[in-house]
Amino acid sequence: MKRALILFSLLLVFALILGACGGGNTNNEPAAANNASSSSADTSSAADTSTDEAMPEAKTETVVIGFTTSQTGSQNVSSVRQVNGLMQWMNAVNDAGGIELSDGTKVTFEAVTYDDESNTDRVQELYTRLATEDEADFLISPYSSGLTAASAVIAEQYGKVMITTGAASDDTYKQGLTTVFQAYTPASRYLTGAVDLLESLDPSVKKLAFVYENSKFSTDVVEAAKSYAESKGYEIVLFEGYDPETTDFGPFINKIQDSGPDAILGGGHFQDGSTFARQLNEKNIDVKFFTLLVAPPEPDFADLGDAAVGVIGPSQWEPLAAFTPESAQEAGLEWFGITSDEFVSAYEANYEGEEPSYHSAGGYVAGLILQKAILDADSIDPDKVKAALEAMDLLTFYGHIKFDTTAEAHGLQIGHSMVYIQWQDGDAGLAKQVVWPIEGATADTLYPMP
Amino acid sequence: MDFLLASVIDGLLLGFVYGIAAMGLTLIWGVMNVINLAHGPIIALGMFSLYFIFSLLGLNPYLALILVAVLGLLLGILIYFVAVHRVIDAPHLSTLLATFSVNMIIIGLGTAAFTASPRNVEFSLGSFTVGSITLLGTRLVAAVLALAVTGGLYLFLYRTRPGRYIRAVANNRDAAELMGVPSAQILALSFGLGTMLAAISGGLIATFFPFTILAGGVYELKSFVIGVLGGLGNPVGALFGGLILGVLEGIIPTFMPTTWVPVLEFGLFVLILLVRPQGLFGARK
Amino acid sequence: MSGWRKYTGLIVTLLIVLLLTFWPLITGKDITRETIFTILLSVALASSLNILLGYTGYVSFGHVVFFGLGGYVGFYLLSVQGWSLWIAMLAGGAASAILAFLLGKAILRLRGGYFALATIGVNEAMRAFINNFEPFGGPVGMTLNFQVYRDYGGPAQALWLSFYMLAALTIIVVIISYSVRMSKFGLGLLAIREDEDAAEVMGVIAPNVKTWAYVLSAIIPGILGVIFFFKNGNIEPAPAFRLHFSIEMIVMVMLGGQGTVLGPVLGGMGYQSLRGYLLTSPLFKNIQLAVAGALLLIIVLFVPAGVVGWLRQRFPALRRVLQ
Repeated sequence: MKRALILFSLLLVFALILGACGGGNTNNEPAAANNASSSSADTSSAADTSTDEAMPEAKTETVVIGFTTSQTGSQNVSSVRQVNGLMQWMNAVNDAGGIELSDGTKVTFEAVTYDDESNTDRVQELYTRLATEDEADFLISPYSSGLTAASAVIAEQYGKVMITTGAASDDTYKQGLTTVFQAYTPASRYLTGAVDLLESLDPSVKKLAFVYENSKFSTDVVEAAKSYAESKGYEIVLFEGYDPETTDFGPFINKIQDSGPDAILGGGHFQDGSTFARQLNEKNIDVKFFTLLVAPPEPDFADLGDAAVGVIGPSQWEPLAAFTPESAQEAGLEWFGITSDEFVSAYEANYEGEEPSYHSAGGYVAGLILQKAILDADSIDPDKVKAALEAMDLLTFYGHIKFDTTAEAHGLQIGHSMVYIQWQDGDAGLAKQVVWPIEGATADTLYPMP
Repeated sequence: MDFLLASVIDGLLLGFVYGIAAMGLTLIWGVMNVINLAHGPIIALGMFSLYFIFSLLGLNPYLALILVAVLGLLLGILIYFVAVHRVIDAPHLSTLLATFSVNMIIIGLGTAAFTASPRNVEFSLGSFTVGSITLLGTRLVAAVLALAVTGGLYLFLYRTRPGRYIRAVANNRDAAELMGVPSAQILALSFGLGTMLAAISGGLIATFFPFTILAGGVYELKSFVIGVLGGLGNPVGALFGGLILGVLEGIIPTFMPTTWVPVLEFGLFVLILLVRPQGLFGARK
Repeated sequence: MSGWRKYTGLIVTLLIVLLLTFWPLITGKDITRETIFTILLSVALASSLNILLGYTGYVSFGHVVFFGLGGYVGFYLLSVQGWSLWIAMLAGGAASAILAFLLGKAILRLRGGYFALATIGVNEAMRAFINNFEPFGGPVGMTLNFQVYRDYGGPAQALWLSFYMLAALTIIVVIISYSVRMSKFGLGLLAIREDEDAAEVMGVIAPNVKTWAYVLSAIIPGILGVIFFFKNGNIEPAPAFRLHFSIEMIVMVMLGGQGTVLGPVLGGMGYQSLRGYLLTSPLFKNIQLAVAGALLLIIVLFVPAGVVGWLRQRFPALRRVLQ
């Protein structure tokens, strides 16, 4: 018994040491989110005190924004980036003293967030908590389509306006929702641009292989892309999913090779996508064109080295994609918010040099959309904000934003579209280049891929 | 046809590494009737150790593997004394939950420390092309090392004193204790050997696949399947079980959609449990 | 020992469940309802698992398979076939019962760790199968149209409806658990737990008894699956067959005290409240999983009989109340 106790206290010490080490290492990502949220609390309280002094002339409203973060579990990385982006927006607005409405009211923001552990069990409980206990005025979605679908039920029940980001599936918006608005380009338009790109590069290519992770998001994407490709007269020589847990793509790649495609389109999420790309490279498969979902736009994809060269990926946003006030004028759209350069430098300054991915931009733009809607509505009344969102049609650093307002697909994003990047080995080493759409391209496509 | 052959060879090479992972699980089961539910996270720790030793110290991954093995052994002994020893004679449920709580602790601390972002050991030994078949250097070396580890384990169990003690304890712990075998130390050593094998397999896997802190889970499930194929408690059986699983994973995609692989795998697993719970190679007890 | 005093154990347990049920009604807050929903779901699942795990000693790591399968069958009828929720619930329960019956005939022959492994295999095989099964949406799963909620008085009303049904099921499962424990059937199960071979010698027809215990323990999770995913609004293979969830159920049973009626109820409450606290506490939020693991380890090592078991050993006078 005594020995057991000694051993046990040893364990505790050990756990504490490990915990301390862990705490030391976290600085890269999750801690950044914490810093952000704590600094947001600071700034909002600072804003409160400043309003006490300024009370006579203007009143201040603090708007609570609720969302969950996947602090743990498989979606941890993307989710934390998304929240970092959102917090950057919030801090910027609060630091500037909030949004000013026409009656002189200043609107500042406060964030409330919980860990959803990347799984749906508690999402509804946490969103109910946000909507009721924490009295969130507006909601932002969790990361991933599955969690978002569960949280949308709650948003709809309480009539809370929710901006979804990091959630691309079309399905959610076709179920009769009325208060949920999507910032991402929906899954059905994720890969169609890649087909256009291929067509413009090499009209002689006819054989495509679609290989994809057998999960909700990627299946949605490739099925839409497949029918698009077929309508363009492509021959689909292979259309096959792989299990999300797959680590060995060897047999799968042999099968691809056997079916002899000119181009491969598909993928799933980061982990399987980067594994797939690495093994495809190691096996020296001879394809001219290779597009993967999700993984290539991530800065970490560069870790693959040579295996990354030539890989193309759809992205919701890229630092290089130049949407500017001028391009807004040309397109006859209203411009709102900061430019991409401003976003990138502020983000890197806030998060210890971490390069923003499109998840970060998605988080930021979710806040930006809300800000614009409040400005347009000149109110924080949910119904007026909702009406402003329905009428929204603008260009931001993230691209065009416009929502479907029909009853069948209310809230679906119809303005924004994907950009396509390719990893190229240039003078400055391995880097992402935008290759499609042509108007935004920063380099010619490396074709056929090496 | 080439493509069938290529897939079989791919599967075989990987099967050796699967075999090592399963061997760790099955060794612990054989000696002390404990199903180690912390097996997956330990495999993941093996991957991370190799990654850090390789990328921070710049050591050759195969030299790093030795360090990984030592760390795995020590971690296992620690886990045994902290979490398992007290409940070693309790019903199954206790050891299952004790090892599962170790699983939660490792995953919890691991996620906090490393996040769930994928890591990649940028290391390659190139590839060899024979006809239309491409073999990867890292996988060939991994298979050879797996064989060497199996041989080493075999020698240890059959040619050294602690090895004989382990076999004695596995056979009949009470009798072994009566003969003066220090059973607590031997059990701890066996547990350590089991986790060492898990860590080695993790390290080998890290040389050819990207991974995250959660990546061990898949190999834990595969180890269950392999362990049962080869007969739980039978380390050499585990190696053959690994080869069988590897080949199955290679062959199945050639005639049906790849997504059916896990359905067949786990179906087979349940079937073997029902029909031959002692495994394909085990003798009836 | 006549009259109601005979049922003190049941009454105490039911009182706790009723108190939980009425709490949200008293506070009138939606968040209380959601918190209690999570807790009652755990209580009901843990109690149903206890019928197998606690009474017969068979450790099932794949109990979530019944939750997932029931949920899928019910969701399919509800969203694709447009049937009513009530029929969907019955169908979900029936599907799980049938699966348990078939499995019971097959894998309950296995003992100890082999049975535990087989249940993991069954759950994984089922998840992989549903992932390939197109009528159930394959990997995409299924989504419920909001119109369906309107048939039950709109989303707000539907959430309350789910809560009431969950509460009713929890009460039913507690009563089943109590009746089993007090019956001759239950005695047979306990005998199997102590020594299966001896029980057979004493005339317990073990294979049959075990199978029926398995079926009983599977029906409720099947129905609960339908309610949960109806409320959730969508269903996908990975969340429906999450192995980790099974293990959490075992932890709850263990925490409260296996083989008792009250134990799983307390275990479910304790576990979910603790998790809820750790998730939202600023101190532990980043390492909540590790802290939960460490606590579990302490309980497994030092209080293996669970809360109820420990109280019963320590204070024999309480034995009649705590069953």
